Amino acid sequence: MSSTDAGQLDTAMKRPPRLLKNLAAKFAAVPMVLIALVIFVGCTIWTIYHSFTRSRLLPAPEKWVGLENYERLWSESRWLISIENLAIYGFFSLILSLSIGFILAALLDRKIRFENTIRTIILYPFALSFVVTGLAWQWILNPQLGLQNVVRNWGWETFTFDPLNNAEIVIYGILIAGIWQGSGFVMVLLLAGMRGIDEDIWKASRVEGIPAWKTYIFIVMPMMRPVFVTAIVIIASGIIKVYDLVVAQTSGGPGIASEVPAKYVIEKMFFSQNLGLGFAASTMMLLSVLIVLIPWAYLEFGGKKNG
Amino acid sequence: MKKFGLLTATTAICAAGAVSAADLEVTHWWTSGGEAAAVSEFAKAFNEQTDHNWVDGAIAGSGGTARPIIISRILGGDPMHATQLNHGRQAEELVEAGLMLDLTDIAEAEGWADVVNPVRLLDACTLDGRVYCVPVNIHSPQWLWLSHDAFEKAGLDVPSDWFEFVDAAPALKDAGVVPLAMGQQSWQTNLAFGAIMVAVGGTELYVDVLTNKNADAAASDEMTKVFEAFAAARLLSEGSNVQDWNQATNLVITGKAGGQIHGDWAQGEFQVANQVAGEDYTCLPGLGVNEIIATGGDAFYFPKTDDPEITAAQKELASLMISKEVQVAFNLKKGSLPIRGDVDLSAANDCMKKGLAILAAGNVLPDGVNAFSADTDGQINDLMVEFWNDTSISVEDAQARYVGIIASAD
Repeated sequence: MSSTDAGQLDTAMKRPPRLLKNLAAKFAAVPMVLIALVIFVGCTIWTIYHSFTRSRLLPAPEKWVGLENYERLWSESRWLISIENLAIYGFFSLILSLSIGFILAALLDRKIRFENTIRTIILYPFALSFVVTGLAWQWILNPQLGLQNVVRNWGWETFTFDPLNNAEIVIYGILIAGIWQGSGFVMVLLLAGMRGIDEDIWKASRVEGIPAWKTYIFIVMPMMRPVFVTAIVIIASGIIKVYDLVVAQTSGGPGIASEVPAKYVIEKMFFSQNLGLGFAASTMMLLSVLIVLIPWAYLEFGGKKNG
Repeated sequence: MKKFGLLTATTAICAAGAVSAADLEVTHWWTSGGEAAAVSEFAKAFNEQTDHNWVDGAIAGSGGTARPIIISRILGGDPMHATQLNHGRQAEELVEAGLMLDLTDIAEAEGWADVVNPVRLLDACTLDGRVYCVPVNIHSPQWLWLSHDAFEKAGLDVPSDWFEFVDAAPALKDAGVVPLAMGQQSWQTNLAFGAIMVAVGGTELYVDVLTNKNADAAASDEMTKVFEAFAAARLLSEGSNVQDWNQATNLVITGKAGGQIHGDWAQGEFQVANQVAGEDYTCLPGLGVNEIIATGGDAFYFPKTDDPEITAAQKELASLMISKEVQVAFNLKKGSLPIRGDVDLSAANDCMKKGLAILAAGNVLPDGVNAFSADTDGQINDLMVEFWNDTSISVEDAQARYVGIIASAD
């Protein structure tokens, strides 16, 4: 209290121009600001500009074509399939990895024996890269080598589970691998959040006779909001950029049934030597991120100022 | 053993410490068994016949993976000293941007224009009258490879053309053999489409669509027949769940698949597996229907450097690659045809001789890679691989989309 008062008094007396306040700190921040402006904002603008040009192998800023690349993009069935796949993968991956992660965390939170060992085992998939994960699951889901073969050898001769070679469900085959890889990490994040909940709250709920599952859902979950936000941001960024998993597991096949936007961008830019189209696709990806991010950021940060 | 020999040769030259010796880094995507054996012929010749060293920069994963790496290295200011690319339009923009070494002086001195046959190959290397690459081989994609083992299992004679092959497919299926092996990568489906187009649609249609980019021809009834044949073919490949072309070729070698539509570079794999043409496998150029081949192929480009020593070494390598002995040694291993008509290929096997005879008769087509930009090529790849794998797409829809691509092709 008193320190705040003194601070206010201090500023009131000297009134240094706002710009010169904390000069050293501002000076130190210059490189960071420059990097953010040049690399993030600058390169984004550069990319968006070139998405309106007929840039092929090399960027060609003078060949302006307007919306041509976007028109072609949205008429290509490969792009539409990519978007659809990303939506399916994103929706299920967000819901499933959060709920599986939460259930696992809650189970571990019950002070069980060998918690460290179990936690390490569940977290292990996260230590593997997507390429390794994809390859491992390609083998597991391979009908001649993997799961289907094992179950058939147990005696269930007609068992069929071959998602990777079926265009209708191939994206779910990729989803399984994605969740297997990611939910352990979500669990660890949420477990850390749960450990941060005051022991007294548990005591109080026990006194009131509230069952443990209700305590988790109605008391612990709302208190863990910041941890959930962190987890969602991490999962969501993983969803948007999913690429290596698909390349390793199916390379987009069968046909183009498991294509994703990030793969489309890379292949149009470097394989088809059509930078303009690739930039248009990546601009659409940025736009979709912003559509989700801006309302959320507004609610999250804008709300506080008013309230 | 060969590798070891190569190593000792390299060390010997290093030890000699020739004054003007330069290390040339050469990138390529020849990594399958037959291809690797072929490229080591280049390395051997370069290391033995010049003072310079061949530094091998093989990139695994076929052209689709390697090409972007090669191009981004050149664009990024870290060029290799020589690199494989398919001649044609892949490097067009790089040449236009002045990133490639002009080879016109040695090309004129050695009279490449007179020895390269067909001369179209050299034209593909030429921009505004200047030569920028060395063609090293001729590859044609329109071949059908058949496994004698598989047809024996089914109790059938080996077919002599594509239509007989399609008729034999049900019997192959009954015998537990996948009729047609097909790798999942999109360029392989597109290649098969091109081959069926030549066989079913005929040369005129092929040239009209691919060279003249005539959208009306792409919409014609003949083209519908091609799409119908292609739609029938896609049903034959069920169960061949492999990615790379050499895995698909391996299915044919081991008799697990009846046949594969693939380029003549598949031959290298048969050779490495000690298979004999005519006894263990049969090859049918133009799918046995229309004996005509396209003359695509590989070429080497030499990115520009400031170092005159390197430039001299690059030119030495270029003239070595086109020289008679090296052409013979390389192409025998590769299973491809040499780019000059004046070399002795008596050691060639049945399949290569078939190819040489067709070449001598002048039955050659333009190649899709030469005619279309990478962008158009990519669009057709996407369409073909989607059509091949999704049987719910009708022939009409696929053709309509194909016409759309050809109409806007460049």
